[in-house]
Amino acid sequence: MTVRVQTEPFDPGTELSAFAQGRSDLGAVVTFTGVVRDDAGTLDRMEIEHYPGMTEKAISKIVIEATDRWSLTECLVIHRHGALKPGEQIMMVATASAHRVAAFEAAEFLMDYLKSRAPFWKKEFTKDGSTDWVDAKVNDEEALKRWEADR
Amino acid sequence: MIDVMYFAWVRERIGEPRETVETSAATVMELVEELRAREPRYAAAFEDLSALRVALDQELSDFDASLSGVREVAFFPPMTGG
Repeated sequence: MTVRVQTEPFDPGTELSAFAQGRSDLGAVVTFTGVVRDDAGTLDRMEIEHYPGMTEKAISKIVIEATDRWSLTECLVIHRHGALKPGEQIMMVATASAHRVAAFEAAEFLMDYLKSRAPFWKKEFTKDGSTDWVDAKVNDEEALKRWEADR
Repeated sequence: MIDVMYFAWVRERIGEPRETVETSAATVMELVEELRAREPRYAAAFEDLSALRVALDQELSDFDASLSGVREVAFFPPMTGG
């Protein structure tokens, strides 16, 4: 498993090509890439703050849980911090498993937990100079209950 | 002596990312009360605890938790990763 927390951009294609390469003990690879969204066309950039040390630990814990629960062959999480422009990739998750259901479910589980349990905070900077911390959504917390109920 | 860290708007409201606090607080809640009593900027940051989360030595915890043996306390709003 690989966990990377970085400011630098990454190329999802390159990451996918390298992911679980050379292994034949898997039948499915699922990837998810999160992108900076600008619905209103007013966003200049997003700045992502994180808690160095805890971030890596929290993500590793989530990855280990997913790997155990869905018997993943391989798992990758990349999450950026710092300043990001609309359209830039924020993060990427890749899961590899014998079967697709496990790979899909594990990727969803990882995304749900990264949203609410990895110590990142997003701040939006609009083109007119105003700033706003992105609030956590009630839905995000609700999403975790599904996985707890299924356990 | 305990390291106290603040993130996101909690950091902005308090005006610094971390500080070392001399305290005899037994629980997170006692530490919060001590900080609140210090200055209005702390009172403002800790006004609504339902809007805050706490980590002890980089593990998510809660306000009733004991500070025994803890070296690092962090306060922050609900996380918005992903």
